[in-house]
Amino acid sequence: MWSFFHKLGSPPWLYRIAGSILRWLLPITLLALCVGLVWGLLFTAPDFRQGNSYRIIYIHVPAAVVALAGYYVMAIAGAVSLIWKMKMADVAMRACAPIGAALTFIALVTGSIWGKPTWGTWWVWDARITSMLILLFLYLGVVALYEAYDNKEAAGKACAVLSLVGTVNIPIIYKSVDWWYSLHQPASIKFTGESSIDPSMLYPLLLMITAFYALFTCCLLMNMRADILDRESRTGWVKKLALEYRA
Amino acid sequence: MSMAADKPPGAATFCLGLVRRQLTLAARRPIEIGNPLLFFAMVVALFPLGLGPAPDKLAGFAPGILWIIALLSSLLTSDTVFRSDFEDGSLEQLLLAPQPLFLSVLAYIVAHWLITGFLLALISPLFAVMISLPAGAIGTLMASLLLGTAVLSLVGGIGAALTVGLKRGGMLISLLILPFYMPVLIFGSAAVQSAVIGVPAGPYLAILGAMLCLAIALAPFAIATGLRISVDA
Repeated sequence: MWSFFHKLGSPPWLYRIAGSILRWLLPITLLALCVGLVWGLLFTAPDFRQGNSYRIIYIHVPAAVVALAGYYVMAIAGAVSLIWKMKMADVAMRACAPIGAALTFIALVTGSIWGKPTWGTWWVWDARITSMLILLFLYLGVVALYEAYDNKEAAGKACAVLSLVGTVNIPIIYKSVDWWYSLHQPASIKFTGESSIDPSMLYPLLLMITAFYALFTCCLLMNMRADILDRESRTGWVKKLALEYRA
Repeated sequence: MSMAADKPPGAATFCLGLVRRQLTLAARRPIEIGNPLLFFAMVVALFPLGLGPAPDKLAGFAPGILWIIALLSSLLTSDTVFRSDFEDGSLEQLLLAPQPLFLSVLAYIVAHWLITGFLLALISPLFAVMISLPAGAIGTLMASLLLGTAVLSLVGGIGAALTVGLKRGGMLISLLILPFYMPVLIFGSAAVQSAVIGVPAGPYLAILGAMLCLAIALAPFAIATGLRISVDA
């Protein structure tokens, strides 16, 4: 157990192990994404009220779910790097931010594409949409802070502090946005969402959510590998790797 | 040398001294105190120009307008909390001081709040009248600003601590801390709004107070960590 923990702190070991995980995880992820997309988009029955437009949930919901989870992954990695001074946790935290931002962005865009035919408008100041928008700002803040520092070690620590502050704040932000929305609830827009979802629609959705988690992990590992190479570019093992690659 | 010079002052004395020092520094440059207030006044003037001068229309937007301006002026000043002390090196001495950093950064924030949020809350009735906020809501406006700007100063301090070492910190700090300002904006303007329509504003003020308690308890840790990172970098 402890030796595993120590090995996690070693860049070459992490680089290799991430590579071997990717070798089988990446094909599985791509396969699951294809199967889930085809199943969800082509082989499920259209919704009785929304017709075919509801099918965008097979991208929208997984992106939103994983975008939220990604923030916690980032914050936990940040806490680990602050408390135990683990450099590789720092790498993981840094790698989370752009992926999370991209997923949040996908969730917002697909949401508004779905909103146009369903609600008749691209954008509504609904509590959940507003919360997702704020989440996007939080992610972009971490990215911007990291880019602003020249000293990358300090940048990692600063981002870790920021993401921890964000974790304390996310419940407050969500609760307050909910509250704000119930105060200003516009009467013209009603959710058409049913309380229950048919199993035939649920299974492809669950598959897509799992696939998006796997996709997040793949992107995270690839991002981390690139970052490790960048940080360690002056060390012997990276030079050796580069020579092997060229040969 | 007296005995007192050998023994470091207690944390309370030290922090009071820090607050007094910051206030003296600000008083020597009165324009620094005046700028946020002037900013407040100018932006208040922008809204009638942009929205039209009809009093009833302005009155509807007044709680939100006043709160957004208070938020912006707090945001613009928070960048300067630690900057001059970082540049002349006295921040490093503060980090080395035997007194707990948690309390000394709290002293900085208190001083910042006194010269921005507190003054802003005191003169806010003037601006409230200018954009036709109903007179009955002015008391709530002041109370919500007093509580809310203190939260803003504490949260802004986190952003200031994280960006103080950066040359181009100004724009960045807005990106970092504006999301954290949003709950304060929601409850601050909701308090004033409910006073306007005659609903008790107590619950909103209570929530602002709860946020303030949480911020006082946690923000100084983040600020202290941020300052150590910035000075080390």
